[in-house]
Amino acid sequence: MATLEIRDLHVSVEADGGAREILRGVDLTVRSGETHAIMGPNGSGKSTLAYSIAGHPKYTITSGTVTLDGADVLAMTVDERARAGLFLAMQYPVEVPGVSVSNFLRTSVTAIRGEAPKLRTWVKEMKTAMEGLAMDPSFSERNVNEGFSGGEKKRHEILQMELLQPKFAILDETDSGLDVDALKVVSEGVNRVASSGTVGTLLITHYTRILRYIKPDFVHVFVDGRVVAQGGPELADELEANGYDVYVKAAAGS
Amino acid sequence: MSASAVAASAAITPENREREVSLTAPAKDHAPRVFSRDPADFPVPTGREEEWRFTPLRRFARLLEGAPATERLEWTSETPIGVVIDVLAADDPALLGLPLPVDRLSALAVANADGAVRVTIPEDAGTEPVVLRLHGDSADALAWGHLVIDVRPFAQATVVLEHTGSAHYGEHLSVVVGDGATLRLVHLQTWDADAIHAAHVSVRVGRDATFRSFQASLGGSAVRVLETVDYSGPGGDAELLGIFFSKAGQHLEHRMLVDHAVPHCRSNVLYKGALTGDPEAGEDGIARSVWIGDVLIRAAAVGTETYELNRNLLLSSATRADSVPNLEIETGEIVGAGHASATGRFDDEQLFYLQARGIPADIATRLVVRGFFAEVITRLGLPEWERLLQDRIDTELGFEASGDHDDTEAGE
Repeated sequence: MATLEIRDLHVSVEADGGAREILRGVDLTVRSGETHAIMGPNGSGKSTLAYSIAGHPKYTITSGTVTLDGADVLAMTVDERARAGLFLAMQYPVEVPGVSVSNFLRTSVTAIRGEAPKLRTWVKEMKTAMEGLAMDPSFSERNVNEGFSGGEKKRHEILQMELLQPKFAILDETDSGLDVDALKVVSEGVNRVASSGTVGTLLITHYTRILRYIKPDFVHVFVDGRVVAQGGPELADELEANGYDVYVKAAAGS
Repeated sequence: MSASAVAASAAITPENREREVSLTAPAKDHAPRVFSRDPADFPVPTGREEEWRFTPLRRFARLLEGAPATERLEWTSETPIGVVIDVLAADDPALLGLPLPVDRLSALAVANADGAVRVTIPEDAGTEPVVLRLHGDSADALAWGHLVIDVRPFAQATVVLEHTGSAHYGEHLSVVVGDGATLRLVHLQTWDADAIHAAHVSVRVGRDATFRSFQASLGGSAVRVLETVDYSGPGGDAELLGIFFSKAGQHLEHRMLVDHAVPHCRSNVLYKGALTGDPEAGEDGIARSVWIGDVLIRAAAVGTETYELNRNLLLSSATRADSVPNLEIETGEIVGAGHASATGRFDDEQLFYLQARGIPADIATRLVVRGFFAEVITRLGLPEWERLLQDRIDTELGFEASGDHDDTEAGE
């Protein structure tokens, strides 16, 4: 049982005219086996939360803590965080020319597991995971994210999640840009990992659509850089019916 | 100074879209106007000439002055059975039929070398590589060399020519690939950091002959390699491959001119370069590379098929990569002709992505550079030399040459 704890997290970015605060005191606790949906309107800071936890250099932590089983995540480099068990499925995965998917995955798995997987079992493992996501075998010979369609990029992200078996996975708008079929395939992949009970999932989304396929245990409404409401799955249904307006207005009035 | 990339492309393909690609107007008529063995026929360049405007003339000043040699490079060779190495006097008639120099440095190399060393590879020679190692002791030394590789008709040959140590070295390498013969030529610039090297590799490809060349420029302060290819009969096939890795203060320049004047010949050019400068060191920290790919298809060269490609990878902001492909076509009766050039950056977002998958920053850089060069290096087809090049690139990146070549295996 692992715990990811976010306490009073404040984050700013450099913008024209100085630092602009985007996260204004985020509190969140995620445990192994739990699925948390973070829902909020555009510009509310959801993605900033994801990238801040992963350690993107663009974001400056001005105060607060992030700990994984008590260890100070904010003191770690980006790759140390990944090796500690954090995984970020990105909304806009980056192209890496000249590096094949198979070489990338094997290098990553080697770094995360601390030793290179045996070639024979590795090929089988990769093949099985790709089949589960309805990916063509030729995919592994392509360069990382180069010329991938939106759906291929997201499948590739979830493929990595399945192979790396993180303690905590943050899925940043993994549903965006997916048609219904792709959304189902990707959701099944996430559910496969979650069914192990060893991963805690932070599902960041604007829409409730993906929640038809991935059932959250907790729903947090994120507005203006902080969590303004939380509840169970029924909160997602309420958001689907009524939208974010009431929360946005309340935050603006506070 | 910020990085800049000059590139041109016949077509913006999905692969190079959104990169730093700008179009330059094609230069007119890149064919040499003067062919001569006499250096006096070539004025001392001012730096304004099309063929010199990318070259740091100050660093080549000593070679351009053209004084006689002060020393010879040390020379060792390994030759399979049947291969003959002999020395030709400057007035030997065998030197007269060779492709002529096309610029001052190549003419000076021929004139000052005072004769040539000839490697003759007959049809019945052993097929192991001919390995020629040239070594200089000091950048103070001024050396000139003219080497002739004569691959007799129907011979199958591999020649590796490796340059190590340091010198000011002006080289002319004449290559004749006889009718129906195949030559694989590996030309390595693995110099120490202070060497200055100017080379002209002039190649004549015979009827139905095949020429495969692999250039690697990794060391040296300033290296300028000019490759010229012509064809003496139809059916000739030339492939020019190359890699270069330029670090802070280095100037690595590769120019090629493929002259299609004969019907039904083929040429293919693939060059990849990586550059990593030192952003803290100002002008001295800039890593520099130049790639000029000229292909000429003359009116008589019907049925020509040609393609050339240069890709450059910038690993820091203190880099400058010029890349100019140029295609001149005088007949429409060809199979195909194309070129492309793309210069891209290994940027912070790529580094973040790889690190977010647990890969440490230094391993991430090595992964990207190895992957980038692998497409060219694996086409060498000489595993021992592929490993040497990979180790050498690792060393350039600041890694111990670990002999760890497992990464590429995973890609299979």
